[in-house]
Amino acid sequence: MNHTEKHSILKTIDLDIGYSNKTEKTIITEAINIEVNEGELVAVIGVNGVGKSTFLRTLSGVQDALKGKVLVKNEQIQDIDSLELASLVSLVLTEQPISKNLSVFELVALGRQPYTNWIGRLSKNDLRQIKKSLQNVGIEDLQHKKCYELSDGQLQKVLIARAIAQNTPLVILDEPTTHLDLYHKAYVLKLLKKLTRKTNKAIVFASHEINLAIQLCDKIILMQNNKVTTGSPKELLESGAFSTVFPEGLIVFDKASASFKINP
Amino acid sequence: MLQSQKYVLPLLLLFFGVIFLGFLNISLGSVNIPFKDVFASIFNLEVSKETWRYIIVEYRLPKAITAIITGSGLAISGLLMQTLFRNPLAGPYVLGLSSGASLGVAIVIMGASVFGGAFAGILLSKWSLVIASSLGSLLVLIAVMLASLRLRDTMAILIIGLMFASLTAAVVSVLSYFSPAAQLQQYVFWSFGSLGDLSWNEVGILAMFWFVGIILAVSCIKNLNTLLLGEQYAKSLGVSIQKNRLIIIIATSLLAGSITAFAGPIAFVGLAVPHLIRQIIPVNNHSILVPAVILGGAALMLICDIAAQMPGQEYTLPINAITSLIGAPVVIWLLVRKRKFLF
Repeated sequence: MNHTEKHSILKTIDLDIGYSNKTEKTIITEAINIEVNEGELVAVIGVNGVGKSTFLRTLSGVQDALKGKVLVKNEQIQDIDSLELASLVSLVLTEQPISKNLSVFELVALGRQPYTNWIGRLSKNDLRQIKKSLQNVGIEDLQHKKCYELSDGQLQKVLIARAIAQNTPLVILDEPTTHLDLYHKAYVLKLLKKLTRKTNKAIVFASHEINLAIQLCDKIILMQNNKVTTGSPKELLESGAFSTVFPEGLIVFDKASASFKINP
Repeated sequence: MLQSQKYVLPLLLLFFGVIFLGFLNISLGSVNIPFKDVFASIFNLEVSKETWRYIIVEYRLPKAITAIITGSGLAISGLLMQTLFRNPLAGPYVLGLSSGASLGVAIVIMGASVFGGAFAGILLSKWSLVIASSLGSLLVLIAVMLASLRLRDTMAILIIGLMFASLTAAVVSVLSYFSPAAQLQQYVFWSFGSLGDLSWNEVGILAMFWFVGIILAVSCIKNLNTLLLGEQYAKSLGVSIQKNRLIIIIATSLLAGSITAFAGPIAFVGLAVPHLIRQIIPVNNHSILVPAVILGGAALMLICDIAAQMPGQEYTLPINAITSLIGAPVVIWLLVRKRKFLF
């Protein structure tokens, strides 16, 4: 990695996330300051219920921040209109696409939606982008299959291809490796890494795969109760940040192997 | 695009099918009219018998057009509802529109006797039924729309629509319980549905509503496709869910509401035609589904109307029964044959 100046794609300034209704605010995490640059693969790590999904929803503009700012390409996310935002941020969610009767090609083509005309006609450029993202994810041979014919791992790749076809500088994925076996977990994360290198996109994903994330990511956002630590895996290893991720006792972080072990 | 070219042929076949069925529908009826004179009447040429011209132009032609409008309109509302709610069981009735219409008509027909004499005379003209059923569906529509503006969850709207349907059905039952047999029978006759009672003026009004509804549906095609991915994805693609939900509900209400007002509560078509089309043309892209469902709905309704006429017979069977009698076995047969439910 060279150290020339990189463009900031995503930045938060004193961001508070949580839920609010008319009477009360429930703050999940306060004062989050992170920055993601182009071409970076960033993992959001934390135990269940710590607020990873809320954080990602706030970053993608689906949910409003309680306080502070989310900047996408140095512009505040609330000020970006929804169609423009669709050309800046694409999502891969945990909920599966509801209509499995779509073919892989059709599903990936829906990523071009923000760019097509009123009836959704695909231009030559759209077709080229779809083809490219199918190639990048390595699923060209699947394109005529229907989604109900796919395995979980294949479907995840298709969803990633759809997000890539949306051609946004930032891709956010919520737990892209759940339901997958170890091989496919590694495969998907490696694929994300490859995509950041090849397309210079910034990719942010929430995951429980700490061991894999440490090996692959450029940056890790570690979410703990009301505290967020950010850094490269190496920095976090040195500061011992991983040892407090889980409650004490059952599992411990083994610095030597940079992985978690069950306490004997 | 390659994928849509594949579907041009089935669409063309459907289109010519509708035209053929339209002619067939007009040529058949209780009076035997030679093909030559049927054509002559339609194109305003010399007809052998003036009564034949009258039958064709004033009765059969508006009836065929009504069949096309009701079939296509109900089918499209069914498709819109199924996609909006991501529920294969949805149809135009899920918003409670036909139940609202039924309630309006029930109050007019049966309420007249309950509330007493002087009222009854004015209330029982045909237009009052049309107005009552429009008002009924409009009231339910407003209630559902208010709910949809307040609610984030689309599924909650589905439940609210069904609740309204069951509420109104309950009121209709209570009214029926207290009505004399004659009124009850009149209500039952209305609920059979009818395509043949419309004058050209009424067909014109119905066509206007239909046109606006179809335009709104077509304007949503692109966003309907994103809804196939689920609402979250649709949002992330820059689609405003609330706005589209509102447009879809308005389109459905215009179509289903006006059709129920003029032709009665015709069941089944809205639910079944989208499934029939998905079985015949296995596609989920709405730029193909929407025209296919419009044509399919029109074709099915023309066939049902031909069957209801029972060519050469004096009787006309209730259209509402025929749609299910013909349609249900076809849907069952298709599902069993393909062994796969495509949605």
